[in-house]
Amino acid sequence: MATTEVERRRGQLAALSIAAVVIIVGVPLWWRTTETYRAWLPVSQIKELANLQLQLSADVEVVFARGTVTPEQQKKVPLTLTQDDEHVVDEDTSLRYRYETKYRTATVMEEDALNQPAAAEADLSLHRLSESPCGSLVVYVIPESSSLLPEDVNVYIGQQRTALLRMGAPMRVGKTLEQLLSHLEPRIKQVLQVMSFSHNDITAALSDRVRLSPGNKESVADSMRAFKSSPGYEITFSLLNPDPKSHRLHWDIESAVQTYIQPLLTKLAPLANFSIDSQTLYYTMLGVNPRFDSSRSIYMLNADSLAHVINPVEARLGSNAASSNPVLNFLLYVPDAHHSPLHIHDHKKQEVPSNAFHSPRWGGIMVYNVDGFYGPEAAFPVDININMAKVMGVFLAQLRLLLGVQSSSPPPGFRVTPCSSAGLADWELDRLMWSRSVENVATATTTITSLAQLLDQIGNIVINDNIAQQVSSAVTSLQMAVAELEAGNLGFALQYSKEAILASERAFFDPSLLHLLYFPDDQKFAIYIPLFLPMCVPILLSLLKIMSEARQRRREKTKKKD
Amino acid sequence: MAAHRCSRSAVLLFLCALSLFIVADSQETASNGGQRDNNAVDSPQAATETAERAVEERRWEASEAEAAADRQDTSAAENELPASVPRPKDDFQEELVIRPLHSGDIYASFQFRTVWETDFMKGNKVSHYRLFPKSLGQVISKFSVRELHISFTQGYWRTMRWGQPYQPSPPGAELWVWFQDSVTDVDGTWKELTNVLSGIFCASLNFIDSTNTVQPSASFKPLGIGNVTDHRFLRYATLPREIVCTENLTPWKKLLPCGSKAGLAVLLKSEKLFHSTFHSQAVHIRPVCQDWECKTTSWELRQTLNVVFDLHTSAQGKREWSLFKMFSRTLTEACPLASSSKIYIDVTDNPQGDQFEVSPATPLLSQAVVLGDRRTFSVYDLTQQITFGTVRSLNLLIRWKSSEGDMLRPLLHAERYVAGYGLQTGEIHTLMYNNHPYRSFPVLLLDSVPWYLRLYIHTLTVTSKGKDNKPSYIHYQPSKDRVRPHLLEMLIQLPPNSVTEVTVQFERALLKWTEYTPDPNHGFYVGFPCKEESSYFVRVYTEPLLVNLPTPDFSMPYNVICLTCTVVAVGYGSLYNLLTRSFQIEEPSPGLAKRIANIIRKMRGVPPL
Repeated sequence: MATTEVERRRGQLAALSIAAVVIIVGVPLWWRTTETYRAWLPVSQIKELANLQLQLSADVEVVFARGTVTPEQQKKVPLTLTQDDEHVVDEDTSLRYRYETKYRTATVMEEDALNQPAAAEADLSLHRLSESPCGSLVVYVIPESSSLLPEDVNVYIGQQRTALLRMGAPMRVGKTLEQLLSHLEPRIKQVLQVMSFSHNDITAALSDRVRLSPGNKESVADSMRAFKSSPGYEITFSLLNPDPKSHRLHWDIESAVQTYIQPLLTKLAPLANFSIDSQTLYYTMLGVNPRFDSSRSIYMLNADSLAHVINPVEARLGSNAASSNPVLNFLLYVPDAHHSPLHIHDHKKQEVPSNAFHSPRWGGIMVYNVDGFYGPEAAFPVDININMAKVMGVFLAQLRLLLGVQSSSPPPGFRVTPCSSAGLADWELDRLMWSRSVENVATATTTITSLAQLLDQIGNIVINDNIAQQVSSAVTSLQMAVAELEAGNLGFALQYSKEAILASERAFFDPSLLHLLYFPDDQKFAIYIPLFLPMCVPILLSLLKIMSEARQRRREKTKKKD
Repeated sequence: MAAHRCSRSAVLLFLCALSLFIVADSQETASNGGQRDNNAVDSPQAATETAERAVEERRWEASEAEAAADRQDTSAAENELPASVPRPKDDFQEELVIRPLHSGDIYASFQFRTVWETDFMKGNKVSHYRLFPKSLGQVISKFSVRELHISFTQGYWRTMRWGQPYQPSPPGAELWVWFQDSVTDVDGTWKELTNVLSGIFCASLNFIDSTNTVQPSASFKPLGIGNVTDHRFLRYATLPREIVCTENLTPWKKLLPCGSKAGLAVLLKSEKLFHSTFHSQAVHIRPVCQDWECKTTSWELRQTLNVVFDLHTSAQGKREWSLFKMFSRTLTEACPLASSSKIYIDVTDNPQGDQFEVSPATPLLSQAVVLGDRRTFSVYDLTQQITFGTVRSLNLLIRWKSSEGDMLRPLLHAERYVAGYGLQTGEIHTLMYNNHPYRSFPVLLLDSVPWYLRLYIHTLTVTSKGKDNKPSYIHYQPSKDRVRPHLLEMLIQLPPNSVTEVTVQFERALLKWTEYTPDPNHGFYVGFPCKEESSYFVRVYTEPLLVNLPTPDFSMPYNVICLTCTVVAVGYGSLYNLLTRSFQIEEPSPGLAKRIANIIRKMRGVPPL
């Protein structure tokens, strides 16, 4: 009897030790050999970014010219004043605008500048006196009686980062300083909204992150017109000549680009890299047949049919083989001899004076009629030189629209100087930089959080070190960008936000993420079952048996005690 | 539980295509007026995808253009411009050469040539294109390409039946590129370039990687100007498996200034072109001299397309050809952008008009030396209105009068096959024929064999006329598994009127299961080029080899897993049983008789035994 008991104990011990070996050695071994490599990701920081609190700080310097404040008031003028303006966009995103206003009185030189006869000259000489950094503004408050501005103009916005503000009528001398400041404050804010950022712009820039409630059709169209922010753009000018047998077209695109487009792009250089090329395409037809108006013997393209014009042409345009940046297409279409002249009509059946239209986020098309340049008896083919000044004027206007340089109408009482030869005022560039930085931050945070979510959900994806590194650098750049926005350093903020967007896209589109994407669990276990089932069943059974025996013995023991 | 098992015994291997360059000696300098090179490039611009965008998404708006530019009314100013029209810096020519072949087949060779006086070399950005296609120009300037040659071929050129082609090309896709010496990371640039070209031409050039790329040391010298011959900047790759079809032709046609709307390109209808025995399209880009002194350089883009129509499938056995019968189109005009637009018909074999008859007849004849051979051509100039006659359309008709006449055997040709049995070893035989009665030719042979055929280079033998023929130059680069292929280059003298045989033995490697192609039992193609040289220069390609590699049963991994697990489970089970069982001594059980007796005794109520 004793021997059987010993035997039984030995058997139990053997079963237990085998189970122990399997659990201590086998399971970890299996686990380690089949696990996928997943590098560490800064998940907590990404979660913080998912909850985005952006603060935009703008520096404003308010300069009182002589005759706007009394000497006593002058002493009491506070040096700085900070105002916060908070908006909650949705549950994850909130915005805070901080306007840091500095007050001072004008220096002697500035007074001299302000005494110039015309606002434009004053603007220029003020600019020479001091150059304000990117993202900041200087507002000169001039007395109501000043002859610098015409009667109906209260605010003058210059070429650079300065504005002239006329003291309002109720603010005669003698009011208290508090009244004066509280009178100025909303007007300065108005100036700021025109010259640096307005809430509408910033929420539009956040559209990647925040689903906006659909507003009216007009504003949706406005917000969809400009290209998305991208580190680079390719600008392609194409001359479409459907009828090389009749027209031999010459366009001096090279010098036209140098003269008209390049200054604007040089100005925009901090925003993105631009590259320009041009081509000539022959035998390219529009997708629609223009209607013939026999009363005026012209051909017409209706507004409704313009949507169909682009597609067949686009098949010939060719994509850019050498880069993956978005392409802005500008097409100059010269109608063939049998379909000239061709005019575009708008919805009101009126001829469009520029004879051009643009397609949001795609480019612009201009129709250039050449039938006036030769008589009916001309010998074909006719050599025609294209007036590039006319063409480039249209394309430049379209380019400004497509790049998002807003020319939204200023509030009443504002006068905005027409843009100079560079095609872009400093404050317009600032405005663009504000909204592009915010847009980049919004896009990069969305990309990085959705990548983190995806990696979290699908455990099979291998995360290599280079991806982890990209993610970390994107997160760092994002944090820097947000911090710089907070500090009001617009240039750096844009720079960091661009880096963030590049790194996040590279991480998101890395091909190595796809390798083990689909490796379903049921198939994995189908492979394991032939090994696991015969090994585990005896172990489990003997463990069960040992357990039930142990329980029985305990019961017997308690019974015995009783 | 076992998946179906395919019992396949063999995996086939690709043999690399082989191209021979013949440099024959030369009576005449190769003054082939350009009409001999056919390279077809098709550039599929990715435009099709963009075209798919929903039309509805486009909202158009009339743009109010407040032009910053001054707009004077310049209609008058524009009109006077013809006087000041600048001389165009680019030039476009098109031509078609038709050669009736002795077999009754017909060979048509298109060439479109764009020459552009510009400089891609010195790093200045070229961005304004007129006749030169923008997509290729961007590729050249972005990747600092000095020369680019790409060809797509469907079918095999039968040298023995058809003679030498104007522009030889191996079956499948072939790409060779000379980079400028400013490129530092040639391999990286090459990889990127193949990916971009793959997009442009809708071809699987992205499968070009280090395992099928070689750097020939002596072959594939640059064809354009510039004496850089450092072969570090040369990359050569072939894809013998590539199937060429309409999707490669469409982007190729898009590169032409006139598209397929005017000129000779209207003949390029894919349903006819691909209903042929041989089709090859190519694109060649190289820098050339503008003039004799070579003061200015220009870039030459040659797009060539060669096609051979078969007597039996295309012509229903009738020995009569017309443009309409070949291309289902006739010609009505030249491309208005072309400075020259001509059709040549090779009438060399038909001096008295007794072989075939061409109508309408043309008084224009021209002579040219092609591949060391003086040929006579009838010329039709499409820029002259008179060519089209009264019907305003040109439909060339070639009618054979007799089916006799033997073709001269081509001077050089080559063939290749795999010998041996079983799936372990084999032997590659390359035969090079020199049919010239008294001349010997130096031949440069280039052979690129994939790594999975492990060549035993010590077994390399070169014999002609039963004697050992010692190559005067051998360059051999051994392969590395999964990294690079074998490269063998040899300079061999082919004695007159002889067959030279090059043999080398190889062993077939076992591939990893992910390295097999989707249809491994079809085999693997191996191509290889030979080259022969002399004062004029011929390149001859052999047919690609199709080699079987040992192919596993692809359901095997699961079967192996199951089998192994079962064995492990059985072994483990008995061990486990042995270890955990408790042994005890049991009374021996009573015998059968005793048990039966006991049962009976029990029934009787007697105590058991």
